[in-house]
Amino acid sequence: MSVINIKNLKKIYNDTGVPVNAVNGIDLTINEGEFTAIVGPSGSGKTTFLNMLGGLDKPTVGEIHINGTQVEKLSASKLINFRLNNIGFVFQAYNLIPVLTAKENVEFIMHLQGKPKKEREARTKELLTAVGLEDRMDSRPGKLSGGQQQRVAVARALASRPRFILADEPTANLDSKSTENLLDMMEKMNKEENITFVFSTHDARVVKKARRVITIEDGKIVSDERKN
Amino acid sequence: MINSVSWKNIWRNKLRSIVILVAMTLGLMAGVFYIAFYYGMAEQRINSAIKTESSHIQVHHHGYIENNEIGNFIADAGTMVSKLESVDHVQAVSRRLIVQSMVSSAETGAGVKIMGIDPEKEKQVTNLYTKIIDGAYFEEVSRNPIVIGSKLAEKLKVKVRSKIVLTVQEMGGTLTGGSFRVAGIYKTSNSMYDETTVFVRAEDLANLLKMDVNDAHELAILLDDNEQLDASKEKITGLFPKMDVQSWMDLMPEVAIVKQSMNLTMYITIIIILLAMGFSIVNTMLMSVLERVKELGMLMAIGMNRMKIFAMIVLETVYLSLVGGLLGVILGVLLSKYFGKVGIDLGIWGKGLEAYGYDTIIYPIIHPDYVVITTLLIVATGILSAVYPAYKALKLNPSEALRIDN
Repeated sequence: MSVINIKNLKKIYNDTGVPVNAVNGIDLTINEGEFTAIVGPSGSGKTTFLNMLGGLDKPTVGEIHINGTQVEKLSASKLINFRLNNIGFVFQAYNLIPVLTAKENVEFIMHLQGKPKKEREARTKELLTAVGLEDRMDSRPGKLSGGQQQRVAVARALASRPRFILADEPTANLDSKSTENLLDMMEKMNKEENITFVFSTHDARVVKKARRVITIEDGKIVSDERKN
Repeated sequence: MINSVSWKNIWRNKLRSIVILVAMTLGLMAGVFYIAFYYGMAEQRINSAIKTESSHIQVHHHGYIENNEIGNFIADAGTMVSKLESVDHVQAVSRRLIVQSMVSSAETGAGVKIMGIDPEKEKQVTNLYTKIIDGAYFEEVSRNPIVIGSKLAEKLKVKVRSKIVLTVQEMGGTLTGGSFRVAGIYKTSNSMYDETTVFVRAEDLANLLKMDVNDAHELAILLDDNEQLDASKEKITGLFPKMDVQSWMDLMPEVAIVKQSMNLTMYITIIIILLAMGFSIVNTMLMSVLERVKELGMLMAIGMNRMKIFAMIVLETVYLSLVGGLLGVILGVLLSKYFGKVGIDLGIWGKGLEAYGYDTIIYPIIHPDYVVITTLLIVATGILSAVYPAYKALKLNPSEALRIDN
């Protein structure tokens, strides 16, 4: 069953008067439970593509269907709500709320969804235990290592029960051990709970773990490789 | 939870928040104290003017106010007093015979206003008897006692029991004189009044002027509530339409201005302080928003809607204003209460203040309604100050904000 369905996606920037085709006609389908890496050199259009996939930017041409909803047609306020309930974000720089503890960071997104306190607390505990941080729940991000912060970010992304997780270079700031731990954890969640992951990455270790690798160059998919 | 995030956000940059909080606290503390001081000073002046000089309402024979002719007297004042005493909110009435006169001591002379009073009745209306600083209030001198102000005593170089002579024009127009002995010397906060007003018994003055002791030039009325001033004045005018009925605000316009300017002064002071506070908050919050563009972008990306972002920033501002503002108001109230008890001695400017009728010891007064108004204005300032920083936050584009390094 497809979670993401993209048709003829294009993004043309015209800021300087000279049109730049950042994304130049992408067609793509990602199915539920896939563990996909999107790779490509800097300037290939990868980030622009991910921004549109995450509903943070609108395409110039084309359609993005996520779980049956045509995302680019949504109004700004509906789009925010759509992101809240359908997409889990993991950022390169973790981007946790520094004044909140690990537990509160995870709980915050469920609060935005209006989930009851009991449910929030139970899910937070479950997720932080799943990412191996059950003993650091009351620590603020400043007291956690980069790897631990990124685990909290993954727990936060999962907390809203999204249709898929969109991770923008999640290992870029991590050392090799933390990278390995994070990837193992995400792979485990993918296999055991069938969670769909889409990464953008430069990291060979991530590419190695991915079961599908999509390469973008000059705003186009130049290869789409599935591993067994 | 947004409340909690907002509260915690204030303390991200502790030093900055503390600096703005201290500035707000000091500003509002000074503002509240200044208002309390001004109110205390103004109310003391008004109360002193009412209790010592004019009482709340005065009734005169028509035409008396214009030319102070002794012939313009109220005949059979006793009956009028009885009627006045039955009017609602009238606490006491004193009738006075008044004449302009020359007073002379062995050394020198001066022009004064002689008030012929019933000492016991006058006690119920004015507090002259509490202002005696030497001698006694009409006691200890059995024949023709006179009570004079300290400033006049100084000028005439007289003491208690000294003899002074009053020269007046009697009813028939003939000049006449009477010898009086100083029974007491009083001192009010108004040195001009002290220098120009003397008190004798009504019957002594009536004898001198060859008038009936039941006549009066002035009926001074004390009310039980100053708020009833206009209503009472209207009632009394209705009762005695042929008389001139005036409130203290008509009689002492310079004091009435003090009362009328009280609210204006308060609002001007508070608005200036709150404007300064508002701009400081805008500056602080703007810095705070610009420092976390990336975080705000992240919040928008993960699905925090604009209303909630707006609410978060407004709450931060409101919390900041409430902490600094309320702390300032509380400290200002405590400071005013403390000095309201012990008083602030402005003795070094005593002569200048007394010349304008002000006490040299000021007791600040806190009015609860003004504290409430100030607090509400603080909250309003907080909300208004939040609008621009919050608007800046709402204008962020999440995909661009996430790329900013801060």
